[in-house]
Amino acid sequence: MHKLWLIAKREYLVRVTKKTFIITTLLTPLGIGLLAFLSGYLAAKGGQATKTIMVKDDSGIFVDAKPESKVNVYTFSDQPLDRLIQDYKEEGYDLLIHIPEFKNTLSTKHDVSYYSTEKLSIATIENVERAIGNVFKEYKVTNSNIDREVYESFKMDIDLENGAKDASKDGEEDTSGKLSIIIGTVLGGVMGFIMYMVIFIYGGMVMRSVMEEKINRIVELMISSVKPMQLMLGKVLGVGAVGLTQLGIWLVLIPVVVIGVQMLMGGGAQDVQQLQEIANQANSAAIEEVNDFDINQIITEFGKLNWLLIIPTFVIFFFGGYFIYSSLFAAVGSAIGDDMGEGQQLMFPIILPVILAFIMMQGTLQNPNGGMAVFGSMFPLTSPIIMPARLAFDPPIWEILVSIVILVLSCLFFAWLAGRIYRVGILMYGKKVSFKELGKWIMYKS
Amino acid sequence: MSILSLRNVVKQYHNHRAVDSVTFDVQKQKIFGLLGPNGAGKTSLIRIITTITGADEGDVIIDGEPLNEYHPSSLGYMPEERGLYKKMKVGDHLMYLAQLKGLSKKEARQKIGHWLKKFDIENWWNKKIEELSKGMQQKIQFIATVVHDPKLIIFDEPFSGLDPINTNLIKEEIRKLRDNGTSIIFSTHRMEQVEEICEDIVLINEGKVILEGNVDEIKHRFKENLYRIEFDGEIQSDFAGFDIQTRTDTSITIKLPQETDGNELIKYAVATGTHIVSFNEILPTLNEIFIKQVEQN
Repeated sequence: MHKLWLIAKREYLVRVTKKTFIITTLLTPLGIGLLAFLSGYLAAKGGQATKTIMVKDDSGIFVDAKPESKVNVYTFSDQPLDRLIQDYKEEGYDLLIHIPEFKNTLSTKHDVSYYSTEKLSIATIENVERAIGNVFKEYKVTNSNIDREVYESFKMDIDLENGAKDASKDGEEDTSGKLSIIIGTVLGGVMGFIMYMVIFIYGGMVMRSVMEEKINRIVELMISSVKPMQLMLGKVLGVGAVGLTQLGIWLVLIPVVVIGVQMLMGGGAQDVQQLQEIANQANSAAIEEVNDFDINQIITEFGKLNWLLIIPTFVIFFFGGYFIYSSLFAAVGSAIGDDMGEGQQLMFPIILPVILAFIMMQGTLQNPNGGMAVFGSMFPLTSPIIMPARLAFDPPIWEILVSIVILVLSCLFFAWLAGRIYRVGILMYGKKVSFKELGKWIMYKS
Repeated sequence: MSILSLRNVVKQYHNHRAVDSVTFDVQKQKIFGLLGPNGAGKTSLIRIITTITGADEGDVIIDGEPLNEYHPSSLGYMPEERGLYKKMKVGDHLMYLAQLKGLSKKEARQKIGHWLKKFDIENWWNKKIEELSKGMQQKIQFIATVVHDPKLIIFDEPFSGLDPINTNLIKEEIRKLRDNGTSIIFSTHRMEQVEEICEDIVLINEGKVILEGNVDEIKHRFKENLYRIEFDGEIQSDFAGFDIQTRTDTSITIKLPQETDGNELIKYAVATGTHIVSFNEILPTLNEIFIKQVEQN
């Protein structure tokens, strides 16, 4: 145990004291902050890509409404259309819109033409269409015999709420509203994505560490003092601690930086309104959905999640997933040695299930208790990504427990398997390794 | 008393027998040569002794006890392929390896200090290993091998890649270690080095022991009764009746029949008026014995 500790400690200290580690650990949150700043800035800028629009309104409806928009500036003219087509550009307008006369008030369609030298963005087109359409709708309501109240009541907004009380929760307020589903999806996606990154970043680190010792030719000296298994596990633990350190720092720094950036950009009401308008333009379903809820509701729903289950379970799958994959990466690293090129094909069987799990995760978020989700959250090579993705959707406890048992047993199995390959691989030089060869190594007597 | 005894040790790899029923003893406080051409099974044997791999059959006994997991801390091993953690500092590197051999932090610091002082490199503690020259790195490797006062040290081709100055330095240190009670196994295929520092040897080829014993005894065992006389001035006799092997203007090499000794030859030379400058019995070099034995097998 003492030796394992010494090895893990060295692996940890060598990495966290490296300049590149310190720089990446600090620069990543700054990079994300910069990204947040840029995307906010660009969105604001992009939203402000104000078009000055000359309107020739033959119907007279749009003129009378005196439309105002944050995004576009409308100016009206009575000049003949031919002249306007020739002059609108010179007079400094981006766009000329011609609204023909509107005769048939029962028509639901009205063709409006535009003149522009540049191609318009969908957002601009939709914005103008919406602006004119709203005015026409208002006009129709005003000029009809329909009571405004009655008209307003035509709008319907259906919310599908879970009315069935969960018997086990005994009258407690139910949590599976739409918002909680959205939050669950986002949370599940984030947790699954973190696992995906952890496996590649830190698993890869373990692999490089193994290769380094082999190429350095120090490994033979090492295993004359410690058992190969100790050396391998020491690496896995040490690098794992590096990962925790880095993630821990990021967990604190990234929110601080992002919130800082937002405050720096002045999160005034005006901006929110603007963003709202931009969001509406973008017309993305998810954003609109979330826009229906206010921040307090979101916080309340967050609080209602079963964190006492989610956090420990996530931590278990985090360690389990890291452990399984980093062991496998260590085994591959020991078999590769000097030639990184031939290592690619050995890495393939490790990378495949990770990518597969990542793809399955998207399906899982759509249907968190479906057959694929259940299978994915049991199979030990995908469960570290799929189970966290399901956690916010209250999967049955027994499924979580079974999955954990499978995960733990698999950790032991893969550590054993990787150890068998590792102990032979690290002493094998100048031999092109095939899968058949790896199979033989597992069978070798020590 | 032997520090290490191998009894019928076998190591079988997939399709060949790397170590084939090897038996030999290494005496305490001696420098023992483990010899053999490349691929003879030396490294396989060493890996068994250092517990890196296990023997398939046979017994390995260290200082009276069957080889067990506690032995590595009393063994020192300098592999032929020896690396260093290039990014680490000299002090940290040595501390790490010493602690893995079971020394406490305090002991390790003290012993490393002692060795650095001995090699006159006390100010290297905070130097990064990649900043050191190759010769300097070899000193660090040597210290890492001996720092925990092992009772048995195995050097696998210790002088490969060493310059003459470091070679001599390490040779001296190996002798000093022996004088202080350490037993040493010295594995190599370079015979001239063996002759110089080993007392006992075992010669391995294709996994089998083909020769073992004391160096001087072996040389006598394989001697061919060759004598060389170097002389001054004109030679009076043609040494008729002797089996002349080579002859130059100033020397003559003669093979005597097994039952005669050199005195007969001296008597004859003096009697025939040869001005003898030197008279030597020519013993075979280990290299010659080695090649002959390997070829015979």
